[in-house]
This record gives sequence, structure tokens and C-alpha cells, in this order.
Amino acid sequence: MLRQAWLVCVKDVRMEFRGKEALNAALAFALVVLILFSFAFDPTSEQIREITGGLLWILFAFSGVLLVNRSFAREQSNDCLDILIASRVPASALLLGKAMANLVFILTVEAVCLPVFSLLYNINLFLLPQWLLLVCLLTSWAISLLGTVFAAMTVNLRLRELMLPVIVYPMIIPALAGAMQLTNVVALGKPPEGDDLIWVRLLVGFDIIFTALALGLMDTILVD
Amino acid sequence: MSVLKAERISKFFGHFPALRNLSFSFEPGSCVALLGRNGAGKTTLLEMMAGLSRPTEGTLTIGGRVSLLGHGIGVYDELSARENLNFFASLHPRGGDVDAWLEKVRLKEVAEAPLREYSRGMRQRLALARTFMGEPDLLLLDEPFTSLDDKAVALLQWLLAEALGRGATIVLSTHQIPEAMQLATHILFLEKGKLAYNGPRPEEMLGDSKWIYRTYGVAN
Repeated sequence: MLRQAWLVCVKDVRMEFRGKEALNAALAFALVVLILFSFAFDPTSEQIREITGGLLWILFAFSGVLLVNRSFAREQSNDCLDILIASRVPASALLLGKAMANLVFILTVEAVCLPVFSLLYNINLFLLPQWLLLVCLLTSWAISLLGTVFAAMTVNLRLRELMLPVIVYPMIIPALAGAMQLTNVVALGKPPEGDDLIWVRLLVGFDIIFTALALGLMDTILVD
Repeated sequence: MSVLKAERISKFFGHFPALRNLSFSFEPGSCVALLGRNGAGKTTLLEMMAGLSRPTEGTLTIGGRVSLLGHGIGVYDELSARENLNFFASLHPRGGDVDAWLEKVRLKEVAEAPLREYSRGMRQRLALARTFMGEPDLLLLDEPFTSLDDKAVALLQWLLAEALGRGATIVLSTHQIPEAMQLATHILFLEKGKLAYNGPRPEEMLGDSKWIYRTYGVAN
């Protein structure tokens, strides 16, 4: 199953990096929002430090949904999803492969946006790079996984571009809340400790529970 | 041992019965022509065999590796022919020899070009390679002759004969009966979701493609 998931992931990454349709749209959206907000706030203000986590993770959640929206739509143009299901590729391998590919895309957007944010808002986010990486990985996996599951559920809907965000955002609120808190702490140059570690545990627990649920339910979602 | 066995399967969409109480089984090496008028339930049955939907009632047992050729060609436009076949071949332990298949469908010279540069006929040949590669045990073909050019029809008939020769089971849903009757060993004839005929291909069908509609159709 892992081998098939890896093959699906490599195929999706290759296809997206070749066309860059969703990636360009998500990157352009994220950068425009960052630039617009930089005009709205005073770069020396302490206020910016307080909204750093909120601004960044709302931005990544929005651009992440733009990316995952293409996930199963990519399979639709020539009925490729039917071929994969018919050839008995496990639904869990499809989900895992597509979620891994989406993780790569979301991390790519973050890798571009985080330095731009530091530059525009005069906040060094890279004082504790290992903690920043951990928060990005855990939260991006949550966005990617739930986004991919709901992208599978909404792939045949005419209003899927509208429906997907409406369903995904409420579901990822716990993960986003944790990521916002931890990013604010990391932006101060302090490693998370004491009460802050609850948010790390929340992110880890969220990822484990939803990964297990999604892998178990994917077959039901894709068939019928 | 049956590669395909249906026991009293039914499919309902809401209260509408698309298929009602079908039972059949086919041995390896059978070529089944799935016939019926529009709306008879052919595509619904084929989708269930492909695992795209489940029967509402009854059990459908499929043995071995399945390959589907549906209305879409089932290959990715963003990838080249070689990348497409490599991907589908690597999903299964006995996925098939990609180079040999590119040669067989005469796409080896353009194997690295993206699919959007291919003509319709080339895309159809690639779809055939993707479907038959790796020697699947059960081939499900939905209207396979529709909109194929002459070369692709000849290639498809040759591939079907080769698959039957090695003992694969083929189910093909079609309105183009003369082409299908050249290979069919059995016929499943559906009328309004019910099995009106299930048995060996009658000799009469070779010369008169409408015979089964007249003999077992609702009008009778």
C-alpha cells in the first residue's frame, strides 16, 4: 500500500510541477495577501507580533484549499479515477499518495511565504527553525489530509470549489488554533514549553486520529 | 473456478431499480457481450463489476486483476506515453513490459512527448496499451469500438483475441454488435434492469444482430 501511495504522490507532484496551475494560483494568492496586509499594518508595531500566527495560518489554510481542490479533479479529465479504482489500487493508498503530494505543495507555498513575511513585516521567524518546521509539518499535514478527504467527497459536485472550503475550514479549526499559538511563541524566539506544549500534543493527536479515520473510511468515500 | 460471479444482485438509485435480481457466473476464457437498449442497465452493471459502485442487494465476486476501458481513455494528458504506462504498470506486481507495449501500439518513437501533442488515434492506442498491459484476468470494456479509427479497431480485435487466447475473461458492453459477435462466447442481454438472456452466443446473432432484441426483448 505504501509503495502505491508513493507512486501516486510522485505522479501528482510531477503533473503539478509540469503545469503549475494550482501552485501558481496558490502562491500568487498568498503573496498578494501578504503584501496587502503589509500596507495595513505598521511593520514596527508590536501588534504584528501578536497576529503573526493568525495571519500566516489563515493564509496557508486558504491557499492550501486552493491546492487540494485540484487533487481529485486532476483524475477526472479522462476518467482516470475510475481506472485506478477498477484496477484495485487501495483507496487508502490513493488518499495517502494524494495527501503526501498536497503536503509537498503546501510546504512549497510556505517555503516561499515565510521568508517574504519575515522581510515585509520585520519579524525573524527563523530563530528556532526546528520548531517552525515541526509546526509547519504537523499543521500542513492536517490541512492536506482533511482537504484531500473532502476533495474526494466533493469531486463530483458542480460547486466543489465553493463546497470544499465550507466543509474543510470548520474541521481544521483545532489544528489551526494550535498552529497559530505555536507560531506566535516561535516568532518570539522562545521554544514552546509548559502550557504551550499542549498545542504540540493537540497537533500530533489531531494528525494521528484523522489519518487513521481517513484511511479507514476512504474506501466508503470513493466507491458509491 | 469462476472469475466473475453474481448472486441475485440488485441496484437501486433511490427507489428506482436500475438492476433487479441478476445471477450469472463466467469461467476464465469467456468473452461476454453485454447487450441491451439505452437505459437497460449495462453501464450500471459494468460499473459494479469494476468496483465503482456496490450492489444494493446480493453479492458480486470478482477474482484476479481487473482492467477497465470506459468512456474516458484513462490516461493523463500532462504525462508522456511512457510516463503513463510506467505509472500504471508499477501499480501492480506484474504490471507489464512498457517498452514492448509502446512498440505494440506503435508509439515508441513519440513515447516521451506529452499526450496533448498526440492525435486522437494515438491517444486511443495508448488507452488500449494501458488497458491490456500486464495481462489482467478480467477486462471490462464499455463501448470499446465507439469512435475508434480503423487501425484502432483492428488493434483492439487483435488484443481481444490474444487476451482470450491466454484465458482472460472479457466483458464488453456495446451497441456495435457485428464487431462484438466475432469474439463473444456468451451474451448477457438486459431489458429494463432484468436479465432477459444469459447463455452462449446464439448462432443466429452472427448473421442477424437484432435477433436477440426480437426474440427476448420486451416486445415479445
